[in-house]
Amino acid sequence: MKIVNVLLLITFGVLLIYASLGLPNRGDVDAVMHREKSPSGSKGASSYYIRNANRDANTPNMVTVILADYRGYDTLGEETVILTAGLICFLILRRKKSKS
Amino acid sequence: MISYKSNPIILMVSRMVSPFIMLFALYVIFHGHYSPGGGFQGGTIMAASLLLMRLSAGREIGQLQFKTTLGTPLGSVGVLIYFGTGFWAMLSGGEFLNYRFLPFAGFTAPELRSIGILMVEIGVGLAVMAILVAIYDDLLEGYPHD
Repeated sequence: MKIVNVLLLITFGVLLIYASLGLPNRGDVDAVMHREKSPSGSKGASSYYIRNANRDANTPNMVTVILADYRGYDTLGEETVILTAGLICFLILRRKKSKS
Repeated sequence: MISYKSNPIILMVSRMVSPFIMLFALYVIFHGHYSPGGGFQGGTIMAASLLLMRLSAGREIGQLQFKTTLGTPLGSVGVLIYFGTGFWAMLSGGEFLNYRFLPFAGFTAPELRSIGILMVEIGVGLAVMAILVAIYDDLLEGYPHD
């Protein structure tokens, strides 16, 4: 049984490494998501963010604008995940009050 | 099991360092518009300063700073601040989480978005700080009191 687990892990790792070979190089200007237009011809999101983040939200830090404004739903979900983790720790680990 | 022994040097150093860590946490939260940082990072640093006092001074003195029963409610309040900001924008005529519709008079749309981002970051920082301290307290629950 243990050998099966190890084999599964190794297979999965090899699969992940193989998948990572298909990713574009870091900082590659010609990668699909860095182009100004997507393959279907619509405007790419990343170039819009880079050009308009400061104008839209009056905030020099682009990352903050994307995190809290353009992708606000995502951050709300992250915060809910943190709250859920805390509540689960509370429910599992906290000792019940003895009835006395 | 390792029992807690009061050590004056550790207590003194952490009492001196802890307020500065808190100040740095506030800086990271409120300066997130201009430099790397924001609610998650600032909240974690704030929790680190609270946990430092808990580790060095023991359970009772840590309770003076931040009560155990305060952890989960404050985390919920943080999430409520975030949700409330988005919902407030929705109530005053816009979409959910579209900070341009926040009802503050005399601001242009980019400034309103900036204010909305700040409110959201405060909520995130509060929730992360409270939840991290609450998880530490929950993990400590099983041990006998020092």
